[in-house]
Amino acid sequence: MSSNATTAEGDAPQFYELVPHHHAPHGSTQIGFWIYLMSDCLIFASLFAIYGVLGGNFAAGPSPVHLFNLQLVAVSTGALLLSSITYGFAMLDMDEGKKTGTLVWLVITGLLGAVFLGLTLYEFYHMIHEGAVPQRSAFLSAFFVLVGTHALHVTFGILWLVTLLVQIGAKGLIPANKIRVQCLSMFWHFLDVIWIGVFTVVYLMGMLR
Amino acid sequence: MSASTSNDTLTPSQMAHAHPNPEVHGDGHDHGTRRTYLIGFALSVILTAIPFWLVMNNVIADTTIATLVIMAFGVVQIFVHMVYFLHMNTKSEGGWTMMAAIFTIIVIVIALSGSLWVMFHLNTNMMPGHIMNPADLI
Repeated sequence: MSSNATTAEGDAPQFYELVPHHHAPHGSTQIGFWIYLMSDCLIFASLFAIYGVLGGNFAAGPSPVHLFNLQLVAVSTGALLLSSITYGFAMLDMDEGKKTGTLVWLVITGLLGAVFLGLTLYEFYHMIHEGAVPQRSAFLSAFFVLVGTHALHVTFGILWLVTLLVQIGAKGLIPANKIRVQCLSMFWHFLDVIWIGVFTVVYLMGMLR
Repeated sequence: MSASTSNDTLTPSQMAHAHPNPEVHGDGHDHGTRRTYLIGFALSVILTAIPFWLVMNNVIADTTIATLVIMAFGVVQIFVHMVYFLHMNTKSEGGWTMMAAIFTIIVIVIALSGSLWVMFHLNTNMMPGHIMNPADLI
């Protein structure tokens, strides 16, 4: 990949760099963040595997048909899906250098994320109120760990988003902030991808089980 | 990694290696346009609405077929998101994002299918009253 470092003047081949190689600031941030996301993928893969193995062990307790409210899940899925496209619009405005547009779209994204998180917490509260607590059955343990880990990711995504709003508000769309917005974009869309797996495997397939 | 610098900070030596296409931003990532975002959004709305509709209205009576159909929709939608929202392609970061993703998918497939397969057989073989080999009774 690195281009011109070893082709200096003269015929003798050069196997080391005399001049410190120039790395663009943040040049490797995005690939690094991508690797982090891939490792996060593996965490979710193991949680999905646990849910797949234990998801049918109700221990004579409540099953998905008794617990899940698909209308609620549809609304929270819609909120997360919408937040993906609003984040996309924030990215487009950022590319055009529109600071206010970027901030507005990011705020809308954060609010949609908060709606999603609120609905998940409401569902958890409702389930725990009915006695469907994590220690009730292996199915519920696996459910709370998988959905809870996703909700935790969304929580940190919102925290990150608020931090970015403050940073962009203070410093504007400087290169460092742009990189941060791009990394959060990957994180946010990644959470949406995980949620596709969750609503397919946990909620929709749970209702069929 | 000359493609990963922003255009306004290129040194002359990097200029020679700068991306010839001015449409591509200098950070090795394709950002997509308003059009690709809207296409991705429309596709994902359709791919979400259909499985929800299938389950909510019990459209497919056979649960095995319904499960397979829903899983297929989920897999297709994950790929739609990876292409239209995460802008995955074979070129960004010199192909390394794609390589990392392929490696991750392979590990996920091994972990998921292996766990389900092994644990399913374990459950079957550990059923009370299940005799693996009648000779053991003697």
